[in-house]
Amino acid sequence: MIKIDNIDKWYDDFHVLKGCSLEVERGEVIVICGPSGSGKSTLIKCVNALEPVDSGRIVVEETDVTARGTKLPLVRARIGMVFQHFELFPHKTVIENLMMGQIKVLKRSREAAREKAESLLKRVGLADQAQKYPSALSGGQQQRVAIARALAMDPIAMCFDEPTSALDPEMISEVLDVMVELAKEGMTMMVVTHEMGFARRVARRVVFMDQGEVKEIADTDTFFRNPETDRAKEFLSKILAH
Amino acid sequence: MGDFDFQVIIESLPFLFDGLLISFQLTFLALIAGLAWGTILAVMRIWGPAPLRWFSAVYVNIFRSIPLILVIFWFYFLVPLLIGRPVGNFTSALIAFSLFEAAYYAEIMRAGLNSVSRGQVYAGLAIGLSPRQNLQYVILPQAFRNMIPVLLTQAIILFQDTSLVYVVALSDFMTSASVVAKVEGRLAEMYLFAALVYFVICFSGSLLVKHLQKKKVA
Ligand SMILES: Nc1ncnc2c1ncn2[C@@H]1O[C@H](COP(=O)(O)OP(=O)(O)OP(=O)(O)O)[C@@H](O)[C@H]1O
Ligand SMILES: [Mg+2]
Repeated sequence: MIKIDNIDKWYDDFHVLKGCSLEVERGEVIVICGPSGSGKSTLIKCVNALEPVDSGRIVVEETDVTARGTKLPLVRARIGMVFQHFELFPHKTVIENLMMGQIKVLKRSREAAREKAESLLKRVGLADQAQKYPSALSGGQQQRVAIARALAMDPIAMCFDEPTSALDPEMISEVLDVMVELAKEGMTMMVVTHEMGFARRVARRVVFMDQGEVKEIADTDTFFRNPETDRAKEFLSKILAH
Repeated sequence: MGDFDFQVIIESLPFLFDGLLISFQLTFLALIAGLAWGTILAVMRIWGPAPLRWFSAVYVNIFRSIPLILVIFWFYFLVPLLIGRPVGNFTSALIAFSLFEAAYYAEIMRAGLNSVSRGQVYAGLAIGLSPRQNLQYVILPQAFRNMIPVLLTQAIILFQDTSLVYVVALSDFMTSASVVAKVEGRLAEMYLFAALVYFVICFSGSLLVKHLQKKKVA
């Protein structure tokens, strides 16, 4: 469903992605990990063209995201995106955060958008927070709102960029629980995370990135038990030591 | 100060009040027009193609390098010439103030737009907003909100600057006060009173700014 085909990307003279390829099937959950600066965030931003690539192709369900003339807003609306720092709109209430895209992009009526927003807030356990501004919520609550905001667009896939790494430890599980549930419902997910417990529970495959390259793609079990590359071994021993 | 004459102030209050209304109108309308044009200039400066970026930069730098009083004076002569008929001193002053203030608001809004984080820009695009919608619904409201104290401070300066319209004989508050001062021969009373009025209005304004800034930090 998501096909990343040999993409290259430069930031000025810095080669941030080097010939990355990766395929994600419908309903698959894939976890991307790797050391800081290896290009994980950049890769995931390329999937919905928040960052352009310099060469190579990314196709999301028949739509070539990297082609000229592709209507990017509509592609992006169909790929949910969850950021490390939540990025809720601070000048809008929680429910308005969930309604904006539905109204402005999908052209739903206010009533339909509100109904959808309310049912999603209920689903992430935040029905009673609808009228608050994001700044009044805890980090874990904000991230759950952010997930609901992405789901409000009825995405065909969801991308997560370190969704729990800005959270206090006691809030991590409330966000992971929502994500696990999504995975079980069959959502296609690309998740950049170092939560290896999460990876073990729901990911079918793990991608290991290093210095702009996809170094390893392996079944989750295999990756944890017997990583191929030394870099992955080293990386795993570091994060599992915690 | 033994013969300080309050009576002259009280008697001329209705006349002065009309002048104050003109000052307020000029401030308010120039604020709206200057802010709108300034915001467009700021957007051109940040996201526009090279010619527009260049135009915006030159515009801002020119208007910030000439004294306001000259701009008011020039537009008084220039506008009728350009459109081929007299427009009245209020209109010409309003145009001059709007274009002049826009240069300052452009710089303020540019700082405001840059204060919105890249993450917010990504978030708006990620839910499928077009770049223009993202500007309208995500970036501009936040830029504007972040800059409210600075925008208000600039509005206070603008209000004080409207007193310069005496050069085109527009009867704002300051001009009205000096008319009374000269006709009645009560310079001390009128100029003291005028200073007091400006002080009260501007000081209340800056208290409001302080209050808003505190709220922002909290
Ligand atoms: N807008 C940008 N301009 C220039 N360089 C950038 C930009 N964004 C990222 N980089 C650089 O590209 C490299 C990869 O960044 P990226 O954020 O994709 O890494 P990451 O794997 O997500 O790292 P982390 O685990 O720290 O989030 C880093 O060295 C970073 O400094
Ligand atoms: Mg990252």
